[in-house]
Amino acid sequence: MDIPRHWRLRKQRYALVGEVCDNCDAKLFPPRDICPDCGEEAKTLYSFSGHGEVYSYTTVYDPPVGFEESAPYTVAIVKLDEGPLVTAQLTDLEEKEVEIGMPVEMVTRKLRSATDERGMLVYGYKFRPILNASLV
Amino acid sequence: MSDPNSKLLTPQNPVGIVGYGAYVPRYRLPASEVSRVWTDSMGATPIKEKSVPGLDEDVATMSIEAARNALLRAEIAPTEIRAVWVGSESHPYAVKPTSTIVAEAIGAVPNTQAADWEFACKAGTEAMVAAMGLVGSGMAGYAMAIGMDTAQGRPGDALEYTAAAGGAAFIIGPEDDSLAVIESTYSFVTDTPDFWRRAYQKYPEHGHRFTGEPAYFKHIASAGLAFLEMTETTPEDYAYIVLHQPNAKFPQRAAAKLGFEPEQVKTGLLVSEIGNTYSGAAIIGLTAILDEAQPEDKILLISFGSGAGSDAMALRVTESIEKRRHLAPKVRDYISRRTEVDYATYVRMRGKLVMK
Repeated sequence: MDIPRHWRLRKQRYALVGEVCDNCDAKLFPPRDICPDCGEEAKTLYSFSGHGEVYSYTTVYDPPVGFEESAPYTVAIVKLDEGPLVTAQLTDLEEKEVEIGMPVEMVTRKLRSATDERGMLVYGYKFRPILNASLV
Repeated sequence: MSDPNSKLLTPQNPVGIVGYGAYVPRYRLPASEVSRVWTDSMGATPIKEKSVPGLDEDVATMSIEAARNALLRAEIAPTEIRAVWVGSESHPYAVKPTSTIVAEAIGAVPNTQAADWEFACKAGTEAMVAAMGLVGSGMAGYAMAIGMDTAQGRPGDALEYTAAAGGAAFIIGPEDDSLAVIESTYSFVTDTPDFWRRAYQKYPEHGHRFTGEPAYFKHIASAGLAFLEMTETTPEDYAYIVLHQPNAKFPQRAAAKLGFEPEQVKTGLLVSEIGNTYSGAAIIGLTAILDEAQPEDKILLISFGSGAGSDAMALRVTESIEKRRHLAPKVRDYISRRTEVDYATYVRMRGKLVMK
């Protein structure tokens, strides 16, 4: 059953809520309770700004189960402004050539295509090209 | 001040819009594409083009973005919000609230009301009036009301040209903190069967020409004329008017019948560019006005929902608008972000292809 897993991850998935290390101020995503930089406990919640840039990317033409209806789609490793690297789909890309270093912002979208009309809908973060650069 | 016997609804404590946010998806289907496929390009088209949601978008995701924009302008903590109400006729689930998904995503949980509203195209303004009551009675400091839709039209039907996706979110709060004060509201409601969708049906039915005079025009005019009379105002008192906009013709004709000039209508009239966003239609027009209006400008908003009813409300823009409207994307930022799709791509994106 996937329900408990999706439910447990909702805060980090919907709004990029991670953690901050009270000892060295490192920002952690995903949250892991122990700071990878200094080894101290890091349990304070931290909401990431959602801004970052494309660190690397690839386009998926042969999708895994659950993603058939949205293929082809582009997956990127995004380097968040606060430091961590996050793997996520890019969205709203039409007419935009993806480049390494391209600035992106987080949006909350449906993560899986609704192939199962009876199942729960799973939402989470994706990244898109910046909508209005003057607001960043 | 408030008089429980008055037909005009006035909150005990003055309230207004503290933050607002719009959302329109990036895809556009030109009306000429629908006409090409279904009428051999012979038919007239009611608008230029309509917005189409992406494969990963629905009323929950679109409401989240509009709500985040409203929060940016309100400059309040999401934990101060005591209600998250989402009005729509295309909620993603038949049973399970959209509003809890939105409230969770913006960080308004757990100390909040949350519920979904449905009244065809006026569910958003109905939620706004309820939010005015919650805040205006002193029960809550802030309440969020959203009207958002991903409307569906039967392939080839007149509504397929216009049924679009988009909407707006508003945070209602105290007058002192407001970008626009909502002075009072009046609603005019009757049982009128002009448009409906039965349970388990994918597409709505409508009464063709019956949707005009006895439905749209009757309710907008009745709400508007009564509101002007009760508030002792005239069309000249308002810088702008924004009406529910199922097509380009109806709101322009209704505004003229109420005595308003085309100049007062045009800023809030977005239907030709984005289509009819149903629960979002009148209120996304309001966001276009708030993006431009000057302090002390008065705005008359009249929604219409089939089934049928209209909510009329007057807003007065405050000094705070100039400082805070730039804190989030404007509706024109979303409208100018535009990717045209053809009918085949639209059919895929809207799930009209039979896959199994």
